[in-house]
Amino acid sequence: MIDINAIREQFPVLHQEVNGHPLVYFDNAATSQKPQRVIDALLHYYRFDNSNIHRGVHTLADRATEGFEDTRKLLARFINAAESEEVIFTKGTTEGINLVAQSFGRSMLRQGDEVIISAMEHHSNIVPWQMICQEKGAVLKVIPVSPEGELLMDEYARQLSPKTRMVSIVHVSNTLGTVNPVKKITEMAHEAGAKVLIDAAQSVGHLPLDVQEIDCDFLVFSAHKIYGPTGVGVLYGKRAELEAIPPYQGGGSMIRDVHFEKTTYNDIPYKFEAGTPTIGEVVAFKPAIEFINELGKPAIHAHEDQLFRRAMEGLKAIPGVQLVGTPAEASGIVSFLLENTHLFDTGMLLDARGIAVRTGHHCTQPLMELYGIEGTCRASFAVYNTVEEVDYFLESVEKITSR
Amino acid sequence: MKPEINEIQEEIIEEFSLLENDMESTIFYIMEMGSKLPPLEEKYKVEENIVKGCQSKVWLVSGFENGKVIFKADSNTEITKGLISMLIRIWNERAPEEILDSELYFVERIGMRKVVGSQRSNGFASMIRQMKLYALAYKNLPV
Repeated sequence: MIDINAIREQFPVLHQEVNGHPLVYFDNAATSQKPQRVIDALLHYYRFDNSNIHRGVHTLADRATEGFEDTRKLLARFINAAESEEVIFTKGTTEGINLVAQSFGRSMLRQGDEVIISAMEHHSNIVPWQMICQEKGAVLKVIPVSPEGELLMDEYARQLSPKTRMVSIVHVSNTLGTVNPVKKITEMAHEAGAKVLIDAAQSVGHLPLDVQEIDCDFLVFSAHKIYGPTGVGVLYGKRAELEAIPPYQGGGSMIRDVHFEKTTYNDIPYKFEAGTPTIGEVVAFKPAIEFINELGKPAIHAHEDQLFRRAMEGLKAIPGVQLVGTPAEASGIVSFLLENTHLFDTGMLLDARGIAVRTGHHCTQPLMELYGIEGTCRASFAVYNTVEEVDYFLESVEKITSR
Repeated sequence: MKPEINEIQEEIIEEFSLLENDMESTIFYIMEMGSKLPPLEEKYKVEENIVKGCQSKVWLVSGFENGKVIFKADSNTEITKGLISMLIRIWNERAPEEILDSELYFVERIGMRKVVGSQRSNGFASMIRQMKLYALAYKNLPV
């Protein structure tokens, strides 16, 4: 069991009123709040250690480098990577996918090859593949989604072929909360000879996740959705896969020797970390992971799942509420619409009561098209949310529907 | 005799002051004002009448009768409909010059920025701009 009050104490932002009501922050799928230790680490870095990394011989450079590389080591253990060199720092999930799409795509995709994504992907896992497929004359295939919001695995099986080079799939849908069977998806892709990228942005902070168990070739996520700073993310890649693809950008630590005739590239992970990264943010990412580790993913998941189930059951019981996506396996995210109120008005009315939810298409426009809707209201939970907050949210929704 | 533009603005400010900055009551009040807007015929709800720059859909049509600009509008969301209903309350059936010369100070005075948030207030600015553009077009009509 987790001590919810002790957890909430660590998040200064939660202790405020919004529009005269205590803040209820249910927009965690967009970004999570930060515990004091993350804020402190960021301040400490800029106050005492600020220096560029991997080059300097002076004390501050040492401290900065050590802080940066400590986060990498911790992250490798966090996702159970075989070695810390398999953890590449990026700006975030989106940059990670773009990196793979460009580097893998440029070197491995040929005319007529196929890339498979799904109908529930975020724009970040659609557009980079569209771009590279167009450039290379490759074909982008889309696994359809059932009305409940689940991937049609039979269709996926039919789409796989010797032409498939890459399968890039979201682990947990940011709109529907669907948990996709990524281990199975990976196994099937590998049988067809394809590589696999998993978008773990919505899962890595909430569900147990082990890259070696999934056996995916690449996996991406962002720090800011798991209690860490913005502007930092991770691309995990198996060593062999990372070594097989070319650098994405040039300059900085990615270089070993530069001559005008020829440049040789550094080893992984540096090969993919061009320029000066967001050092302070990477350093401050470590206490975010420590926060999760202290609580333990199973405890976090159990708590969030309780909130999720209560919200789902509560919404189902309110007349005039339409749930969008009711997959059998779901995690931490509920999407809904009200019969008598436009989603933007719902969002504003909830905000008037201090409740922050997301309204809109959640950057999954093709999915919205599929359901024939403009968008949804989305409540997404984090470990610091409480049962009382869910009840207040349900009571507020009921008030809006019954007006 | 139709009240002056500023008289109506003062009326609106007065009405909002009764809500004592309570956000929920304020939004409900805006929605209620929208519900009193005469319905817009379906034939006008077309792409070309949509006000650009609004997150919600706002259809705005205008006419010019006896030297006065006539506005009609609707929206797919109740809050936005309430917002445009206020503009119509102030500017409907006025000479183009009156519209163009007026300054909408009620927006600041009722704390609209806070009520509607930045995304919506941009949309609100688009509604104001579009209505002024119509007024300008009628003002410049060849006699």
